[in-house]
Amino acid sequence: MPPLLFYLLALITLGFGFMVVTGRNPVTCALSLAASFVGLAALFLSLDAYFIGIIQILVYAGAVMVLFLFIIMLLDIKAEEGKKLNLPAIVSGVLLAVLLTIQIIAVVSGTGFAKKSTANTPLELAEAAGKLGRAALPTITNDLKAGTLPDAKLIGFTLFDQYGFHLQVIGLLLLVGTIGVVVLSKRERSGTP
Amino acid sequence: MITLGHYLVVSGMLFALGLAGVIARRNIIIVYMCLEMMLSAANLALVGFSRFHLVNGLPDYTAQSLVFFTITVAAAEVAVGLAIIVALFRSKQSVDVESVTKLQG
Repeated sequence: MPPLLFYLLALITLGFGFMVVTGRNPVTCALSLAASFVGLAALFLSLDAYFIGIIQILVYAGAVMVLFLFIIMLLDIKAEEGKKLNLPAIVSGVLLAVLLTIQIIAVVSGTGFAKKSTANTPLELAEAAGKLGRAALPTITNDLKAGTLPDAKLIGFTLFDQYGFHLQVIGLLLLVGTIGVVVLSKRERSGTP
Repeated sequence: MITLGHYLVVSGMLFALGLAGVIARRNIIIVYMCLEMMLSAANLALVGFSRFHLVNGLPDYTAQSLVFFTITVAAAEVAVGLAIIVALFRSKQSVDVESVTKLQG
């Protein structure tokens, strides 16, 4: 990927993220967060993670942000104007963020991570077709031999081959979440049931 | 040349932004959005490590399965969290975190 494109996508992700943190109007914040997630999804695509990029857009930028906007408009939350700023919290928040960033840059530059680029760790699709082991299903090997990355098929194989139990636990978690939302939003009635 | 380090730094900066938002903001919905941002930042680091840790010439799909689980848990968490915010708004008529101080010592 051209370096310029990476910097552009990183700028979109971080710039809109900054607008989420500093915005006064909740609706502006929610829309900025959606834009930030789209930038992040593009970064995922640049890392050859097409399936994750698409579900990032579908789940986060689609479902989650619509839920946020729905709640903001349902509760009719106005922009906070004229409220005094919580200065100690802002100072400590900015200080912690700057310290964390400096620390991460120091740690990353001190390791071999800065030497691994997509140019010197290329995907070897044709070679991988012969070394798949149990994942060597015809649909996957044919895609690999044709020179495309069957991203969703490989994730699906990993999920159902190695993490079948975990997948069921996640399904149960979603069910419990749904029941929890219903219980939480049920209006308590006094008097007659 | 874009390296794994670049992706990790972007991920760390996104996490730091989210952390600053959680600490500094007082609107509980925006605090919640910043939490989502921090979760996504962790996902970016995971996908970066997955791409650069090749297994037989392919990305490490164990990491991407973990990202899949993280996104699912985040979606469930948003649903429950927003229901709690609605219940909170009903009882306090406010979304300011400082209106909820009953547990403060």
